[in-house]
Amino acid sequence: MIWKVFLYFFILAVSIMGIAFPIVENPIHWNEYPYIPALGENAKIIFFHVPTAWLASIAFLMSAYFGIKYLKNKTLVDDIKSYTAAQLGLVFCVLATITGAVWANYTWGKPWSWDPRQTSIFALMLIYGAYFALRSAIEDSEKKAVLSAVYSLIAFVTVPFFVFIIPKMVNSLHPGSAGDPSPIGFKMNPNMKIEFFLSLTAFSILFYWLWSIGYRSLILKEKNNNLL
Amino acid sequence: MSLYELKIQNLRKMYSRRIIFSGVTIHFSKPGVYGIAGTNGSGKSTLVKIIAGLLIPSSGTITHILNGKNLPEDQSINLVGFSSPYLNFYEEFSALENMKMLTGIRGLVPDEDYLNKLFDHFHLADRKNDPVKAYSSGMKQRLRLIFAFFHNPRLVILDEPVSNLDNSGKEQIYRLVNQKQTESIILIASNDDSDLALCEQVTNIEEFKETQ
Amino acid sequence: MTRQIIAVFKKDLLSEIRTRYAINSLVMFVVITISVILFSVGNESVPADLTGGLFWVVVFFTAMSGLSRVFVTEEERGTTLTLRLLAKPAVIYLGKLLFNNVLIFSMNIVIAILYSAFFDTFVIESKEIFIIAFILGNLGIASASTVLAAIIAKASSKGTLYPVLSFPILLPLILTLINLSKSCISGTSFEESQVSLLILFCYNVMMIAASLLLFDFIWKD
Repeated sequence: MIWKVFLYFFILAVSIMGIAFPIVENPIHWNEYPYIPALGENAKIIFFHVPTAWLASIAFLMSAYFGIKYLKNKTLVDDIKSYTAAQLGLVFCVLATITGAVWANYTWGKPWSWDPRQTSIFALMLIYGAYFALRSAIEDSEKKAVLSAVYSLIAFVTVPFFVFIIPKMVNSLHPGSAGDPSPIGFKMNPNMKIEFFLSLTAFSILFYWLWSIGYRSLILKEKNNNLL
Repeated sequence: MSLYELKIQNLRKMYSRRIIFSGVTIHFSKPGVYGIAGTNGSGKSTLVKIIAGLLIPSSGTITHILNGKNLPEDQSINLVGFSSPYLNFYEEFSALENMKMLTGIRGLVPDEDYLNKLFDHFHLADRKNDPVKAYSSGMKQRLRLIFAFFHNPRLVILDEPVSNLDNSGKEQIYRLVNQKQTESIILIASNDDSDLALCEQVTNIEEFKETQ
Repeated sequence: MTRQIIAVFKKDLLSEIRTRYAINSLVMFVVITISVILFSVGNESVPADLTGGLFWVVVFFTAMSGLSRVFVTEEERGTTLTLRLLAKPAVIYLGKLLFNNVLIFSMNIVIAILYSAFFDTFVIESKEIFIIAFILGNLGIASASTVLAAIIAKASSKGTLYPVLSFPILLPLILTLINLSKSCISGTSFEESQVSLLILFCYNVMMIAASLLLFDFIWKD
């Protein structure tokens, strides 16, 4: 209970700080962000866009991790954990796509331009979609667990191509691609960095909380149906 | 002749929460005919499938021992012959082609004389070039039995060996089992009294039901 | 082991020659996809770099119509069990992979011939590079779709699910191939395209390695 309240205020604080603190040319006060050329006020969405994209990837990683664990131990609890992670992953994937499209609309001029990063997140969404389609097509719960774990691991093989190789090859507008080092390093001032990492932490805790509630309730449901 | 033993240790199989059997421990140390009995749905087929390596047990081990040495799983494949009513062949090929091709996939060279002998034994010799599509269910069962014995396995697992067979078919398989019992361990999973009468030792699967 | 793999391959090849289960639908699919493109193009000529992309579209959809066969037929006829008695999983996987490779190579050569006959703008400057990309691309499609065919064979809605599962997995491969084909059509050097070729190569290695590791789990119940 206590840490639910804590999480609530944490997220609230992070959101207010992210939205309400002003952007000025020469930040002096603790609550001012620097003006980044070509971004301006749009820069603030970084506090929401990056955490969602980060969690979409982490969820995928977790889903694959618990998939491996399931294949090793064959305990259905691991499958439930993997499945819950994938569910949340899809939600955060959609959020990252929307926040990204909003940001792109104001900075690049249009919401969708098949930038390599946009292609990657689209592919990630397709993978999640295929994962759920596969699960719903298999009746037997053990077979479902095995095959969906195998599928998420095979999908995992494609991750390096999307994350590292293709964005580096094709010209991308997204920060962090060829010839453009990460913007976190040099364009942000210290208090912007603090807010950025606070936001990342807050959303990660939120994710963990949602995930643990999700999988525990599924376990209870299965126990109720005498399946576990 | 090399010595072959089969050790089943503490085998347990569960489907979801339901225990099919648990604590199955049997040691077959010399050639002979052994039976596995149990009512319908008691897990006979599940047990023999696990022994044949077709299903993974929830816990416990199957050990194949050849000349006192434990064999790794992938080397034991060709030591096992298996026949079961739910075993299917490729219908577009003839019985002979099926047997040759499947032996090829085992990595063995088919012994044609022996194969012809088996076809004769089961009275399939004049139909061996017909596609399996055209076979009756009894003929398919005879083919399954040929498949189980053809590569001279040390462990022959016969699940419901006489299903679909007429009296002459039953007599043929019993005769073959009697011939082979000096060289191989033959495991028969069945409810049929005449099948179990062949066995020198019968294990009832129901003994392993309740223990949790 | 090589002998066993070839035995599995031969069995599938003979069975395909007798039943023509995959070939017939594959050929029809090639004809249909190309004619749909031709209808929608009408009398206009397609820009050269677009033909490179469309080529892989035809390849992808044709592959999706036939490559799942290797495992789906075994499952439908109930012969999966028989095969499991005969050899270890890796043998079966590699035999099926070999068969799918032969299937996709023969199919794609037909597509390439038909395609260049119907689209006059499909003229490739850098032929050698395109041929290397073509070979690596075919290998990649075969390796990814074989393991996915094994997964799909166990699911209930086999036909529709197969492209759904395959597309995201094949996407990095297809994107690279489309880019590479475009530059091959306008002319490129080996130095310029070696990164793309390396990607194709890595994709193959990683996909086959992952398939070999994971196939045991799919194959055994």
